[in-house]
Amino acid sequence: MGRLFGRVTGLLCIVILLNACVTPKANVSLYHQLGGEPTIERIIDSFINEIGRHPTIIQYFKEANVMHFRTGFIRHMCALLDGPCKYTGDSMVQIHTGMDITTRDFNIVVELLITAMNEAGVSHVLQNQILARMAPLRSEIIKI
Amino acid sequence: MKWASFWVVVIACLMYHSMLYAGGKLLATPGVSQLEGSGGGGIVPWAQLSGYATEDEWSLGAFCSGAKLQDYQLDVCGAQVNFFDRLELSVAEQNFTVAVSNRVIEQSVFGAKIRLYGDVIYSDWPQLSVGLMHKSLGDSAIARALGADASQGNDVYFSASKLHLGALYGHNWFWNITARYTQANQIGLLGFGGKYASKRWHIEMSSAVFVAPQLALGFEFREKPHNLGLGESHWRNLFIAWFPMKSLNVTAAWLDLGSIAGVPSQEGLYLSLAGNF
Repeated sequence: MGRLFGRVTGLLCIVILLNACVTPKANVSLYHQLGGEPTIERIIDSFINEIGRHPTIIQYFKEANVMHFRTGFIRHMCALLDGPCKYTGDSMVQIHTGMDITTRDFNIVVELLITAMNEAGVSHVLQNQILARMAPLRSEIIKI
Repeated sequence: MKWASFWVVVIACLMYHSMLYAGGKLLATPGVSQLEGSGGGGIVPWAQLSGYATEDEWSLGAFCSGAKLQDYQLDVCGAQVNFFDRLELSVAEQNFTVAVSNRVIEQSVFGAKIRLYGDVIYSDWPQLSVGLMHKSLGDSAIARALGADASQGNDVYFSASKLHLGALYGHNWFWNITARYTQANQIGLLGFGGKYASKRWHIEMSSAVFVAPQLALGFEFREKPHNLGLGESHWRNLFIAWFPMKSLNVTAAWLDLGSIAGVPSQEGLYLSLAGNF
């Protein structure tokens, strides 16, 4: 059995090494790996559609200006993914203060974003890295 | 029969769950159900509480697991309730069959786990929990015959776990480390304590990679005491867990449990099915 584990571990190492060979180089930004502005626009448009269809989440957007949200999020995502943009809009804290967003609703929005990225044809590996960039913003968004 | 009735319950609950489902966590993040009833991997309790409840929800989980080894078989069914992602209460009924004599050792495990800090994905530091398991054997004859001191005992453990988004070539990577204070022989199935007992903490760990959003591959290691002088081995497994939806997960594993009650090389297949409601 020890030998079986040795073999399996060895196999895992090889798989990981092979994977490393085909993984895009780290110096290509997530923005470019994603396909730049057109893909981001597609993601955000799908995302807005998903929000519009969700009975709970749409409540948070009752007073929102959709076009303002769209432009702001596209820029913000571009900047977060090391694209050629600078996000100069309102801070996450300014936007979400008073909304009192729960952990549950935050995660629902993450799921809507994942659905939107699926619809835009973004690979799961790239999705994970995009979510990793956005995750640190959570503390500036929920329960405030 | 046990499996058949379990399926009936799962299907009934799946039909019901859409009405009142507490599903605030992201898919797969609570992990699966561990042999002693706690939310965790297969053999190690994790820092995550079972089920998808977040801070203003509660959830129920139920599972059955089976392990077929060369000379033994372990069947477990259990349930958990998660209150507000703060407290998990669990119960597990274990039946351990000794193939050669067809004797069955029964053990009940009652567990409580409290989340002390954090979130497995979002917090700066890993999620941290503390847990307690109270275990009692239905019949202590075999445990006593092998030299165990007691037919019931308590485990205390601390667990830390973290899911790193996109960390391994874009794949999500999970790890958990648990430190457990225990006197249990073969998780309690062979009683508690013994002539060679030494009181100390034992290390357990798990790690997994999500090769797809619904599919995790991983391994676990569980250090074990050897109070009976029978050469009790540390436990290991390689597992694959599938999360087709939040309310259902299936886990298969290859177990290497080493020597059990003096019988060496106990390896075999593990299968676990769990529902969350």
